[in-house]
Amino acid sequence: MTLLYFAWVRQKLGKGQEEIEPSSEMKTVNDLIAWLVARDAEYAEVFADPSRLRVAVNQDHVSFDAPVHANDEVAFFPPVTGG
Amino acid sequence: MIRVQSEDFDVGAEIAALHGDGVGAVASFTGAVRGDAGLTLEHYPGMTEREIARHVEEARKRWPLLGVTIVHRIGRLEPGANIVLVAVASAHRDPAFRACEFLMDYLKTKAPFWKREGGEWVEAKASDEDAAKRWSQL
Repeated sequence: MTLLYFAWVRQKLGKGQEEIEPSSEMKTVNDLIAWLVARDAEYAEVFADPSRLRVAVNQDHVSFDAPVHANDEVAFFPPVTGG
Repeated sequence: MIRVQSEDFDVGAEIAALHGDGVGAVASFTGAVRGDAGLTLEHYPGMTEREIARHVEEARKRWPLLGVTIVHRIGRLEPGANIVLVAVASAHRDPAFRACEFLMDYLKTKAPFWKREGGEWVEAKASDEDAAKRWSQL
């Protein structure tokens, strides 16, 4: 699974991309977040308030209860501010 | 036509290029950098183009459009610089005005761009969300 981070999420984690081997219990975005938070304190800080974040799976906006699969591209970022 | 680029664009040339057979109206919106700090724009390559294309397709379903040009800049932008252009061609003004506003509202709330101003990430505005929501009530 490829994880992408943008804007302040990228800055706080100090990386824009990483590859992970998801566990078989990881069914949804929420499961993925719980797994990341358990892994390292810096993720706990970034995901402390999920209402500040948005998520896309395979480049589509989705909700946090959306399913994730081993080969997905999952991106976390703040609400967009273009235009 | 959808373009995401660091270079500037020529608003007049982009609008002129939309005129042609059957086009009776071109409506456009140009966004520029306010204040004196300038901006840096980051985006999600791939998803940006895909998200904008999806909304252009939706606009084409809602209104009889003859052409759409969207250009959005990324990277460092100085005060006064162009950020974004949405230009829409149609036979008559009403669909051109409405589609232009629709596309701009969705660009603001769905296209994955992030602005940073003076070292701070710009916060999203609830008023932009509200502006986009009114189109779902049509």
